[in-house]
Amino acid sequence: MTERRLKPHMSRSKRNQRIVEYIFGVILAIGVLAPVLWMFLTSIMYPKDLTAKPLSLIPSSVTFSRYAEVFSSTSASDSGYIFRAAMKNSLIIAVFVTLLSLVIGTLAAYAFARLRFRGRGVLMLLILFTYMLPPAALVIPLYRIYNSLGLLDKKWPMVILYLSFIIPFIIWVMQGFFGSISKSYEEAAQIDGATRFQTLLYIFFPIARPGAIATGILAFLMSWDEFFYSLIFTTQNAKTIPVAIAEFNGKFTIDYGMISVAGILGSLIPVLITLIFQKYIVMGMTAGGVKE
Amino acid sequence: MKLQKSEGRYAAALISPALIVVFGIIVAPILATLVYSVVNNNMLSSQYGQFMGLHFYIKALTSGDFWPDLGRTLYYTIFSTVIETFGGLLIALLLNEKFPGVKFLRGIIIIPWAIPTVVNGSLWKLIFNGEYGVLNAILTKLHLFATYQSWLGDPKTAMNVVIAADAWKMTPLAVIFFLAALQGFDRATYEAAMVDGASVFRRFFSLTLPNLKPTILIIVVMRTVEKFKAFDIFYLMTRGGPADATKTLMYDTYLEAFTNLNYSDAATYAYLIALIVALLTLLYVNIMKRGDEE
Repeated sequence: MTERRLKPHMSRSKRNQRIVEYIFGVILAIGVLAPVLWMFLTSIMYPKDLTAKPLSLIPSSVTFSRYAEVFSSTSASDSGYIFRAAMKNSLIIAVFVTLLSLVIGTLAAYAFARLRFRGRGVLMLLILFTYMLPPAALVIPLYRIYNSLGLLDKKWPMVILYLSFIIPFIIWVMQGFFGSISKSYEEAAQIDGATRFQTLLYIFFPIARPGAIATGILAFLMSWDEFFYSLIFTTQNAKTIPVAIAEFNGKFTIDYGMISVAGILGSLIPVLITLIFQKYIVMGMTAGGVKE
Repeated sequence: MKLQKSEGRYAAALISPALIVVFGIIVAPILATLVYSVVNNNMLSSQYGQFMGLHFYIKALTSGDFWPDLGRTLYYTIFSTVIETFGGLLIALLLNEKFPGVKFLRGIIIIPWAIPTVVNGSLWKLIFNGEYGVLNAILTKLHLFATYQSWLGDPKTAMNVVIAADAWKMTPLAVIFFLAALQGFDRATYEAAMVDGASVFRRFFSLTLPNLKPTILIIVVMRTVEKFKAFDIFYLMTRGGPADATKTLMYDTYLEAFTNLNYSDAATYAYLIALIVALLTLLYVNIMKRGDEE
């Protein structure tokens, strides 16, 4: 009796719930995708359509000439050329930062997660604070030091600068990962007579690889996104994408189309990496914050 | 005893490369900044080079822009953190359900987070543009506004526009944290509660929310630290304007240092910010520790 009354009731509430879920799902999809699509549309619209009033959301014709300009421009004063150079700088800096910080950070994270030594707790706290430290507390003397040593606007000094906050980040996230890995394999290897360093290299690292991939991707994205130091320390030769984009935005005659091209191309690498390695990234992000 | 000593040496060998690189870069500048905050380093000051004691700290705390800056920083920090945490929780609850298309939504939700901060700023500047912006076009077409609004040019709306832009990019981070936490929950408890006839709301408030408490705390503290230090999005969207409406502590520090060349005032601000960040970091660590014990 009750069962017969309950069933249609439950299915109706289930159906209602489904409808609500769909409505919010569609709103969410539009909210996430529409701004990105608009930026893409802006990047291929003709200037006269962009400044038209009333603005038409669906342009009658589009052009990919700005993208062509980025890849073909040979004049050093063109936005396209500047942007292409900045893209190359960002890529070089991010790759070196990722590789170096992974090697240096992983070793330290292993020690923090596995070994007992004096001052471990204090050092870990210092490392975390270094990561949290506002760059403003360093930037003025750093600028003067870099300036007097002739290190401004060069790529490798930027790599070293980025290492100063990305290594602490890697140590913090990785020691969380490493702490959750079982010690039994390492113990077995040591009983079998492996040295500590052999154990680290041949037993521990292979197990820890997913964590290293996750952290490495986050390090790459952090480096790609960095703006403050790059704004202050670079002018031309080592200028990265975020600074180039900020410059396009600051010009008197703002070229919305070119800004959008820069935005789309500047996002392409981080967005593709994120979508491809989504699982790793989620793992890395939550390991840094939530310890299990 | 001997083993422990050699373990200490092994640890030192593994850690020292990191310490040399990190502290090699930051120790001298952080001390120099401290010196700047007590010895006059304002490039255009007649007292350049003089020891000033706590002068710059007293100046910052009693006059000038510090408190209004802090007020704007707190407004930005609190509102964007609340929006992102609350919005992130709602979206995560939706994405935790099973309905056709949810996998697609879970896949795309991370896109805004992946877009570089500067691109995000320029994207929303484009949308909110007072003259040609698409938002104005839509709002007037829908007859919600009769005329185009200068969203970023109006001191009353500029900060909220920045908050909206930031929320679009960073809410997905909260979603990811909440989703990870929700998916770790024990399904059996929920099913038992459902069989017992507990309503959706009842289940949420007596089961989900208490379970999410550690995640909420971590998101709030972590995001608060980041918001407090936010610079990029302000540089890109408003440069502290209009009429100082979006001038935060970090932005003012930048202006003092690199526009006014008042290195001492900037250093003092930087130390005050670092102090607040240090306190928040300690809070964060304590929350993590408590989470571990639970």
